[in-house]
Amino acid sequence: MALLDVQDLVIDIPTAGGVLHAVSEVSFTVERGETLAIVGESGSGKSLTSLAIMDLLPRVAQRRATRLNFDGADLLTIPARQMRKLRGSRMAMIFQEPMTSLNPAYTIGNQLTEALRCHDDVGAEAARARAIELLERVGIAGAERRLLQYPHQLSGGLRQRVMIAMALMCKPDLIIADEPTTALDVTIQAQILRLLAELKKELNMAMILITHDLGVVARVADKVAVMYAGAVVERGSARAVFKAPSHPYTRGLLNCIPVPGRTAPGAPLGAIRGQVPNLIGRLAGCAFRNRCDFAAPECAGEMHFETPTPGHDVRCVRLAAQKAVA
Amino acid sequence: MSDIVLELRDVSRRFEVSQGAFKGSATLTAVAQVSLQVKRGEVFALVGESGSGKSTLAKMLLGLLPPSSGEILIDGTPIAASDRIAVARRIQPIFQDPYSSLNPRKSIAQLVGLPLVVHNVGDAASRRAKVVEMLDLVGLPRRLLDAYPGQLSGGQRQRVAIARALVMRPEVVICDEPTSALDVSVQAQILNLLLELKRELGLTYFFISHNLAVVEHLADRVAVMYLGRIVEERTRAGLFAQPGHPYTRALLESVLTPDPDLGVPDTHIGSAMANPMAEHAGCPFQPRCPTALNICKTTPPPVSALPDGWATCHLLQQEAVA
Ligand SMILES: Nc1ncnc2c1ncn2[C@@H]1O[C@H](COP(=O)(O)OP(=O)(O)OP(=O)(O)O)[C@@H](O)[C@H]1O
Ligand SMILES: Nc1ncnc2c1ncn2[C@@H]1O[C@H](COP(=O)(O)OP(=O)(O)OP(=O)(O)O)[C@@H](O)[C@H]1O
Ligand code: SF4
Ligand code: SF4
Ligand SMILES: [Mg+2]
Ligand SMILES: [Mg+2]
Repeated sequence: MALLDVQDLVIDIPTAGGVLHAVSEVSFTVERGETLAIVGESGSGKSLTSLAIMDLLPRVAQRRATRLNFDGADLLTIPARQMRKLRGSRMAMIFQEPMTSLNPAYTIGNQLTEALRCHDDVGAEAARARAIELLERVGIAGAERRLLQYPHQLSGGLRQRVMIAMALMCKPDLIIADEPTTALDVTIQAQILRLLAELKKELNMAMILITHDLGVVARVADKVAVMYAGAVVERGSARAVFKAPSHPYTRGLLNCIPVPGRTAPGAPLGAIRGQVPNLIGRLAGCAFRNRCDFAAPECAGEMHFETPTPGHDVRCVRLAAQKAVA
Repeated sequence: MSDIVLELRDVSRRFEVSQGAFKGSATLTAVAQVSLQVKRGEVFALVGESGSGKSTLAKMLLGLLPPSSGEILIDGTPIAASDRIAVARRIQPIFQDPYSSLNPRKSIAQLVGLPLVVHNVGDAASRRAKVVEMLDLVGLPRRLLDAYPGQLSGGQRQRVAIARALVMRPEVVICDEPTSALDVSVQAQILNLLLELKRELGLTYFFISHNLAVVEHLADRVAVMYLGRIVEERTRAGLFAQPGHPYTRALLESVLTPDPDLGVPDTHIGSAMANPMAEHAGCPFQPRCPTALNICKTTPPPVSALPDGWATCHLLQQEAVA
């Protein structure tokens, strides 16, 4: 059984203009020891999806799903008290914005040891020792001194590493990392990604990695889910998705990135024309159709997944037609 | 007008950092003796380690933070002599973090128009017109004029930041990680937009990024920063073809191209981050350098001239002798 099983996750947010269908069609599973990368447009619902799993959605948001299981526990019905216990001890999150989970009024040391002590019966000295160990493992020099500093005294990259250390304090089974290396320069990114992979192996941890960096996805993920406008549009092994990208949006994404040798310096990068649709109100058909070169009348109808190869699912009703054109 | 729009002469910035109740304070050197020149109309990129002092340098260029020592010149005039307001008219920032750089309680129209208000440009109606023009320029729909940052996606917020930076028609735009929080299709649009605006408005960019693929796409010249120092400065082509400094080499090796058959490379420089509070007798990169020599512990490497720039590494001196 998968460690995490998410089926037909829906997140609605009532707004002044109507209901925002922020997440409309998300299904995936993550096994122990496996890394799933979620990649997609800004606003496609990646962070909300992870917050829904952690039961940390903003109060206004309404969550539904046909299944939301973590290690056999039904997260849709679990009492809030037990959920709080799971969170932080067995499921941990590294947030996109470090300052949302670092309290500016407390030292790094206070926050790290609190992360451990509110879940486990651990003494102050042991907690401090683990904090220092983790700060060193994430590559922070002078860890003991850093314990006394406040978040605002650290650079963006240092804060991000403190966040990673904080998430690992309790040795979780599942870690959700929302853009964990975005603020870091590349040598440190490589180190952190190797470190996360190492810790993941050591603790047989499952990881959901949210990122917009297709390079990171390709190098780190076992499985990939590409999200667009609140829906997973393509999912499969990293190999399948990168070697045979099949959804027009996925292919568009891959054309957007400068790849040394392939793109000429200064030349315009591939762009996906148009804008993300407004997700307020009733949604029908493929949300990508206002930007898609292959769109046809049937794209306004019922959507389903095609499976070009086993384990590789593509939410497009015109896969065959696309091949004929391409 | 001079060809050099921005110049730093031996600029350093130190911070006093508290060490805890009984230990007093220590000095942290965020930027150490940086000298560089940015030419009008070029894209000058600054890359380097997290915490190496890039943002501190950017803040000094913007006149938001005074240097501890050294001199910053705009068009040959020291910043201290020209006042803050004058600096702000000519140099505008686009910051790293579109989340915290926009006041959440101000509407998009207010945010983009703020520099006009601060600098007392025009009346309310002409300001509004200017703001609309800027939204069009950066590709934001006009219906967002009265929206708030919290209602926008990351990419839209960064467009707001760009619109705000350009509303005063500055000469130089300091871009501090302008696309690092954005997903790739939005990044492509923003990079295309920045290049287009540069051609249209004749802008000069001082471009801070950790994404070397982006830097290779965009930059004319690149400076590599490590522990507050610039360790290499080259043309784009030269740097990417043949990096001179071992740290630059590690940087280039860490670029993750989207290839699922490859893993994450080990750059052999360890993950121990440089400590800006430590004293360095020799080369500041020595503790992590895979090719360090004995001399590197004791003697700071001198500047070695390269055909298209320079780098500071003892190995280059030895090559020159050999
Ligand atoms: N509290 C909220 N109230 C109203 N709308 C919200 C709220 N939080 C998120 N949204 C909307 O829900 C959608 C999904 O947001 P989410 O933060 O999950 O996107 P994301 O994929 O993480 O994007 P990014 O890459 O920019 O972080 C967006 O359209 C966003 O504007
Ligand atoms: N106000 C401050 N007080 C004390 N130390 C500071 C202050 N501002 C910055 N520093 C320190 O100066 C150094 C350089 O920080 P800076 O933010 O310039 O780095 P950066 O290169 O922009 O890093 P990043 O890539 O993570 O954004 C860091 O060690 C940081 O902790
Ligand atoms: S369903 Fe139609 S509009 Fe959507 S991606 Fe496929 S071809 Fe394009
Ligand atoms: S001077 Fe020595 S330690 Fe410094 S980068 Fe060169 S070889 Fe490495
Ligand atoms: Mg997000
Ligand atoms: Mg910075």
